Amino acid sequence: MKLIIAIIKPFKLDEVREALSGVGVQGVTVTEIKGFGRQKGHTELYRGAEYVVDFLPKVKLEVALADDLVEQAVEAIESSARTGKIGDGKIFVCPLEQIIRIRTGESGVDAL
Amino acid sequence: MLYNSRGTLMQSFMPSRTGAVIEAGSERPGLVPEPALPAPGPSGEPSASPGLPAKGIATLAALALSAGAASTVLAQEAVGTTETAAAAAASVIEAAPALVGADLAWLSTATVLVLLMVMPGLALFYGGMVRSKNMLSTLLQVTATFCLAIVLWFVYGYSLAFTEGNAIFGGSGKLFLNGLFQAGTGEFALSGSVPELSFAAFQATFAGITCALIVGSIAERARFSAVLLFTAIWFTFAYIPAAHMVWYVSDDVSGLVAQWGALDFAGGTVVHINAGVAGLVGSYVIGKRLGYGKEALKPHNLPMTMIGASLLWVGWFGFNAGSALAANNTAALAFINTLIATAGAVLAWLFTEWLVKGKPSMLGAASGAVAGLVGITPAAGFVGPGGALAIGIAAGAICVWGVNGLKRLLRADDSLDVFGVHGVGGIVGALLTGVFAAPWLGGTGAGDASMLAQVWIQLEGILLTVAWSAIVAWIAYKIADATFGLRMSEEDERQGLDIASHGESAYQS
Repeated sequence: MKLIIAIIKPFKLDEVREALSGVGVQGVTVTEIKGFGRQKGHTELYRGAEYVVDFLPKVKLEVALADDLVEQAVEAIESSARTGKIGDGKIFVCPLEQIIRIRTGESGVDAL
Repeated sequence: MLYNSRGTLMQSFMPSRTGAVIEAGSERPGLVPEPALPAPGPSGEPSASPGLPAKGIATLAALALSAGAASTVLAQEAVGTTETAAAAAASVIEAAPALVGADLAWLSTATVLVLLMVMPGLALFYGGMVRSKNMLSTLLQVTATFCLAIVLWFVYGYSLAFTEGNAIFGGSGKLFLNGLFQAGTGEFALSGSVPELSFAAFQATFAGITCALIVGSIAERARFSAVLLFTAIWFTFAYIPAAHMVWYVSDDVSGLVAQWGALDFAGGTVVHINAGVAGLVGSYVIGKRLGYGKEALKPHNLPMTMIGASLLWVGWFGFNAGSALAANNTAALAFINTLIATAGAVLAWLFTEWLVKGKPSMLGAASGAVAGLVGITPAAGFVGPGGALAIGIAAGAICVWGVNGLKRLLRADDSLDVFGVHGVGGIVGALLTGVFAAPWLGGTGAGDASMLAQVWIQLEGILLTVAWSAIVAWIAYKIADATFGLRMSEEDERQGLDIASHGESAYQS
């Protein structure tokens, strides 16, 4: 089992969700986040005060998957979230030790 | 065009017959025929000549109907020849001053409009510019200082500002508004053509907004109790003498600045320069906000600032046009000037910002509106619409410098730029009032003084106000600091004044 963490541009969320559904992903957790990477921030000017805004708003997706789905899911996120411009985000794939469904107590791949 | 001593517009081009009505009107502003009335022309109306009394009376009656009920009576008395009309008008002049309903209605409306400027206008204008954790504290400081000033105005403020005394303070004859209303007899004292109570109420809101303006400079860090104590002291020893010195005119001992002949129609020096300077001094005494120059201290809700600025503009028609103290031509002049100068200032701020900083901003437009309103305040009833546009543009452009170059020069954290907008805009407006009051620039004229002499007089008024306000403010802040501590603790300031001072928060997350 793997946990995919993807950081994407906020306006790409719906496309990515559809692409993931398309490859059979059953559930996704979404968080609104801020961060900085290679994409430059912007400056804001309030009368005489100028502020550089480094942290840009992004959306974080967390998807838990069986190993055989990982490649397709990564592919789906990659193609649907890409604009080709700096700031498209990152995908992290991590090993996942255990999954438990709280309602039934099922565990492992059965809990997905 | 001529202006009489009360600033009432007189139409010298009108024929002498209608001139009788105008004479009466000049004494009682409610009777002044409005400029929109058809002036008897040489071609269309032969009845305008005194030789045709019958049609002349009809025209007179029509004029009078438009001018109000009181002059209708006058017109009915004027049956017959123009001589009797003149006689009737003369008798009106000699009669005791009477209440004019239109003036009372307008002044009451104007008073409510000034209240609207503060609550919620100024409160939202300021509130939108602070961080969300200090929103309620800012709204409350505006509200509470306004209310405190109103109560003090009732107790002793009105008496010390608007009764006979010396050139700096008035007397104690009208403490608690004593004498304005006789409970036993039911008699009301008159001020011009309105009950003196109405005049006192209108002036009370001016005292209130001046005190409320100051809190913008020390926002996001000042202790509530200290703000109240400061307000009480500064109101007593800076606002009251300023109002008396600039606005109290009498046959015996006028206020000092009024004696000099300085022009301040609606409070450029008394309200805006006064508050701007007190604010600036406050920002020095209290020190910079935590994180100033390092962290982003961004406005948390500029739409609220925009709403606040809009309400300020709306209310300012009461502030400026209401300062005519009557529903007359001067009110109309101040009204149009308040519209034109402000629109000019918004554009001037925007284009200056666009040119210098690269982008025109909403906060800039809101600030420009306030700068223009401040700028036209001392001039509103003394300049023509062209002069108003020039003053608005100047105030809008110069105040951009006020919140940028000048602010860096002053090295003070005047949180909401009370000095940069109200102080600087007030000074620009007060000086340019001396310029554009000149008749050849479309103004109403400023007594006998030449333009240069008038500007010099204006400057003297400004310098006195700046020095007076600064000294009183410094002492008042020091007293408030020694008594309660002017500034919140570092921990409380980090947490935000809403929770630390008031135990509530503006927004639920």
